[in-house]
Amino acid sequence: MATPLTLKELSKKEDRFTHGHRMCSGCGAPIVVKIALMATDYPVVISNATGCLEVSSCISEFTAWNVPWIHTAFENAAATLSGVETMYRSLRKQGKMDKDVKFIAFGGDGGTYDIGFQSLSGAMERGHDMIYICYDNGAYMNTGIQRSSATPLGADTTTCPAGSVIPGKLRSRKNLTKIMAAHDIPYVAQASPSHWQDLARKVQKAHEIKGPKFINVIAPCNRGWRSKTNDAIALSRLAVNTCYWPLYEIENGVTKITVTPKEKIPVAEFMKPQGRFKHLFAPENEDLLRQVQEEVDREWAKLQKEAKTD
Amino acid sequence: MKAKGWRDLPPGSVVLEGGSAVKFKTGSWRAFRPVWIEENCIQCLFCWIYCPDMAIKTKDGKRAEFDYDYCKGCGICALECPGKKGKKAIEMAEEGK
Repeated sequence: MATPLTLKELSKKEDRFTHGHRMCSGCGAPIVVKIALMATDYPVVISNATGCLEVSSCISEFTAWNVPWIHTAFENAAATLSGVETMYRSLRKQGKMDKDVKFIAFGGDGGTYDIGFQSLSGAMERGHDMIYICYDNGAYMNTGIQRSSATPLGADTTTCPAGSVIPGKLRSRKNLTKIMAAHDIPYVAQASPSHWQDLARKVQKAHEIKGPKFINVIAPCNRGWRSKTNDAIALSRLAVNTCYWPLYEIENGVTKITVTPKEKIPVAEFMKPQGRFKHLFAPENEDLLRQVQEEVDREWAKLQKEAKTD
Repeated sequence: MKAKGWRDLPPGSVVLEGGSAVKFKTGSWRAFRPVWIEENCIQCLFCWIYCPDMAIKTKDGKRAEFDYDYCKGCGICALECPGKKGKKAIEMAEEGK
């Protein structure tokens, strides 16, 4: 039987992602990883796309991973894991292995939304039995905060700097969770580390479903978001409560909102503590801020409708 | 600790030992130190689950002391701590004071 998802029971388990990694102080990604790994008792094999998580969790002979782990290039975390999973199936068929092993790929938003998208899409279409977990911090943070297709509208990054010419990024982020759902795979979900139990339950549930699964998790980055080191959890909670990052799952085409905020607060509350949105609060950018709010409202209404009609 | 040269590493730089990062201590990154005030602690374990550096020790499902060898002093634990009757069980103190 799986370990119950209570903090008391989970804290008795051995760390599968250990201390001594070199992610920045207050980074959201290791919180996502540790929760995802403690959510299951199965032996797991990880493939990790290049990104912050990869470069700072395994440096030379020091690895923070207490599970088999493969470093892949930026674009092929899903392709590498497809190969590993296929080999595993073959070994099982030949009777050379009898363990139940689960497969997880981790990638940042750069390695998932952009560079690794083709291999992810391919692996999902081929139906490999694996979970792909994207930790989305909304830009290429590892190389110095360049915009990605996950960067939200109006955010200031080094490749779309807010100033007198443009007010930050001019395009909205793409909705990857919905794109993955359009692959018609058995399980797609969106989660946040602030709602640890929801995240753990989604990972646990995904492991029990056969076929390709995708979970998109928000992971605040205080360096890129220009916020304080202590607010990763507070910001991801605000992202949920403003409906900027709604928590839902789509299981076999049926949409379900797993956490509905008690009170939907304005998205400005989520943006205010972040320096990357500072310029949006200037009078000349009022329109852009309104546009961001309208977009969040529209997406939330759409999601609610989908959850209802299903 | 002296880093190994390329001749000492296994081919392909494969790491044969899991979780070897524990040999690398990150506690020196810290500028602020979290201090645990046990009498205000309600053992909710939120600090433990939200710690990005696995720097909070637990024993038999209960919170124990901070692991200052690894704590980077981000302060997430202190912010998330609900405390008891409005009194936080974790406070941040400046290092070296």
